[in-house]
Amino acid sequence: MPKDHGIGASSKRREDVRFLTGAGNYTDDINIPGQTYVHFLRSDIAHGKINAVNTEDAAGMPGVLRVFTGTDFEGVGGLPCGWQVTDKHGQPMQEPAHPVLAQGKVRYVGEIVAAVVAETAEQARDAAEAIELDIEDLPAVIDMKAAVQEGAPKVHDDLTSNLCYDWGFVEENKGAVDEAFEKAAHVTTLELVNNRLVANPMEPRVAIGDYTRHNGESTLYTTSQNPHVIRLLMGAFVLGIPEHKLRVVAPDVGGGFGTKIFHYAEEAFCTFAAKALKRPVKWTSSRSEAFISDAHGRDHVTKIELALDGENNFTAIRTETYANMGAYLSTFAPSVPTWLHGTLMAGNYKTPAIYVNVKAVFTNTVPVDAYRGAGRPEATFQLERVIDKAARELGVDPIALRRQNFITEFPYATPVAVEYDTGDYNATMDKLEEIADLKGFEARRKESEARGKLRGLGVNCYIEACGIAPSNLVGQLGARAGLYESATVRVNATGGLVVMTGSHSHGQGHETSFPQVISEMIGIPEDQVEIVHGDTARTPMGMGTYGSRSLAVGGSAMVRATEKIINKTKKIAAHLMEASEADIELKDGQFTVAGTDKSVAWGDVCLAAYVPHNYPLDDIEPGLEETAFYDPSNFTYPAGAYACEVEVDPETGKVTIERFAAADDFGNVVNPMIVSGQVHGGLAQGIGQALLEGAVYDETGQLLSASYMDYAMPRADDVPFYTVDHSCQTPCTHNPLGVKGCGEAGAIGSPPSVVNAVVDALQSAGKSVTHIDMPLSPGRVWTAMQG
Amino acid sequence: MTQVSMTVNGKSVSGEVEGRTLLVNFLRDHLSLTGTHVGCDTGQCGACMVHVDGDAVKSCNMLALEADGTEVATIEGQANADGSLNTIQQAFQDHHGLQCGFCTPGMVMTAAALLKDNPKPTEAEIRHYLEGNICRCTGYHNIVKAIMAASGQDVNAIAAE
Ligand code: FES
Ligand code: FES
Repeated sequence: MPKDHGIGASSKRREDVRFLTGAGNYTDDINIPGQTYVHFLRSDIAHGKINAVNTEDAAGMPGVLRVFTGTDFEGVGGLPCGWQVTDKHGQPMQEPAHPVLAQGKVRYVGEIVAAVVAETAEQARDAAEAIELDIEDLPAVIDMKAAVQEGAPKVHDDLTSNLCYDWGFVEENKGAVDEAFEKAAHVTTLELVNNRLVANPMEPRVAIGDYTRHNGESTLYTTSQNPHVIRLLMGAFVLGIPEHKLRVVAPDVGGGFGTKIFHYAEEAFCTFAAKALKRPVKWTSSRSEAFISDAHGRDHVTKIELALDGENNFTAIRTETYANMGAYLSTFAPSVPTWLHGTLMAGNYKTPAIYVNVKAVFTNTVPVDAYRGAGRPEATFQLERVIDKAARELGVDPIALRRQNFITEFPYATPVAVEYDTGDYNATMDKLEEIADLKGFEARRKESEARGKLRGLGVNCYIEACGIAPSNLVGQLGARAGLYESATVRVNATGGLVVMTGSHSHGQGHETSFPQVISEMIGIPEDQVEIVHGDTARTPMGMGTYGSRSLAVGGSAMVRATEKIINKTKKIAAHLMEASEADIELKDGQFTVAGTDKSVAWGDVCLAAYVPHNYPLDDIEPGLEETAFYDPSNFTYPAGAYACEVEVDPETGKVTIERFAAADDFGNVVNPMIVSGQVHGGLAQGIGQALLEGAVYDETGQLLSASYMDYAMPRADDVPFYTVDHSCQTPCTHNPLGVKGCGEAGAIGSPPSVVNAVVDALQSAGKSVTHIDMPLSPGRVWTAMQG
Repeated sequence: MTQVSMTVNGKSVSGEVEGRTLLVNFLRDHLSLTGTHVGCDTGQCGACMVHVDGDAVKSCNMLALEADGTEVATIEGQANADGSLNTIQQAFQDHHGLQCGFCTPGMVMTAAALLKDNPKPTEAEIRHYLEGNICRCTGYHNIVKAIMAASGQDVNAIAAE
């Protein structure tokens, strides 16, 4: 019997009611009396020297309050980068200044040159058209390998080159890796592109700056996954506003997928301008602006080599990757191709020697940063593709080759600096074979053939490092922030609870799943627990939601705070029942004394804490409110096995996804319905990357795919019903809930199986195709088939 | 500025708009009906879907003045008279057909239009009909399932998890 409440129940989401009735409160739904509107004039060339920005005519247009340019921001700090990577020579990365409004030069199409604030959005837009720009074209660098050639135009004149860093990991492994390749019985090499993507949450970004004169406080309403991080970065590094004078609110947020982690120029602008004008300033991104101003994702060019011995054991992996940073360093950009990518190169396999080299490169393109999975999809894709290629070269079954090389003993210390606490990769592979009905594949292939279609099967595994992260570890790795999470649990006098969490929900359903945990712990109904998030004035300092960390880190903080509450209520209950504290038990919202029939209800104990007439005042304080900060001791390591079946139309090269199955190990699961939904969404994004999506620049730096007419988002008829399973559960050993995180798995695990399946389909027709770069558009597949 | 009048969710409303004001902006900014969303500027995403005289219309593709004299229905008017969720809304909650909720009003309005014309659509018909609605969160699985359930079809066979 499935549970109907608490941990493990598929409780229906309470947030749905407001979203389904149009009562959601997204940032753009907020309007403040006296509000003005800003329109940003953005560079339409990729690289240029700003000779003049003439704003005179614009300033005189109807409704215009003020036109801002880079000079207004000369004394203001730049947008900070939150992670410093050290290169293979021990030197810090090259870190350019990142101005709020362009200073002296423009470096990508979309960079803000000027900003018009007016009484209405239309007036601001009209006036922006009256600004005269004198920008001198400079040669742009778009291709990463060209950007690091001698004599390439420099994106930043004050840096020595366009190379941000050249990272080697683990440098001490290099000798052993080279030696293993010399001794290898077989080496498989693959060069591939991990295509550039645009995250595209359906809600475009919005920022509203407000300044209240009576107390000198600034408030920023913004579409953010982590309001406290924005407050810290913007307050301390950009605008110099002390945190007690700055509030950041991220209300309902319409999807994030990483791109709403970062601190953006528009947020700083609206906050700054609101104070300067003493009026609220609102910006709502259009989708066209989003394409050229939201941080992009992925964009790696990689060569990977896999060495095997005579028995097909993996003996070494060597990679070289070029990672695009774009024109500036977005908030966490340097960490993505390094610590979120290199550390995952062992995958699910016991390869003893691994060396990863990453060259991060500046180009005249939109900054690139974390997008769902962030580094881990890039690691998984190259590893699972090269293994598939090796299996085909060696003529062995790709699943058997994987199984043979699986890590089977835990904890397992990889050669790339992380220690997996638990896992059972054979179990998820067994489960996959069952739910994907792999036995039935050959029959389905024949059936496709009969209809003139080529059918292919692709399988892959993945592992990810989630629940980022132990603060002391990431501090050593260059993070300029801690990565704990916080929760304050406030019990009201009548027994209801409010949890104020630093985690942020922008689709994940925390308002439903977090109360399930509390309900389980205390035994009160879920609807007596309210979750507050997304407001720095109402929640303790916390780091927000990304990297599948909410339940693993934020949920753990909530558990710790709730444990403190329970300990205190047990003391009160012991006093009320004149019993020893050690004998008090809490179950189903009742305190009992072991071995007696004495009991007192949860609500009565809570009331006693606030009306402390009969109360141990000498021992404990009145009131019931506790805060906990939880800093994890390790990452969590969700893992799984995915299978994709495609049909390829040999006439057109069109690929359709016929079946997709995902067997995941997320450790313990709090709400299976929500977890499945997270996987579904991730799968669609991964299938989108594999078949449809690509951010394409021309050689002058124009983004050709800058609208939904040109950037192919997955739609309902591009995907099938998925078969997902998360019954294989090896609970995380180091957090109190035993949970691992599920938000990114689908996006990490799905692209390789799609490509593996298409290669399988083409090879089944006798084609010698070994790889096609994503997205596998009909044109690319058809072209590959002609070769 | 021109005067525009229409019926929205059964109530007569009017306002002064510029010629270029879109219906979606009239709904959101003039009437504070912020349940209708704007997800793009090329008429592709369907977050702005409403019904005009009974037909599903992308309200970002229609000027407010073009809607003069029409009957407009938005997500705010979809619940039952007692405030409870209607069949489609309830199916979306029951089958987890939404995550961030941003595409959801458009999905519900589109689903209502579909079921009006085709009370028992197949999976393929639903997927095809949703071509003009983008969801970035759900991977569509549970949206399709919810619409099938709302049409009274048995969805137990579709993997719950
Ligand atoms: S906002 Fe109307 S279709 Fe996107
Ligand atoms: S639920 Fe977020 S876009 Fe559909």
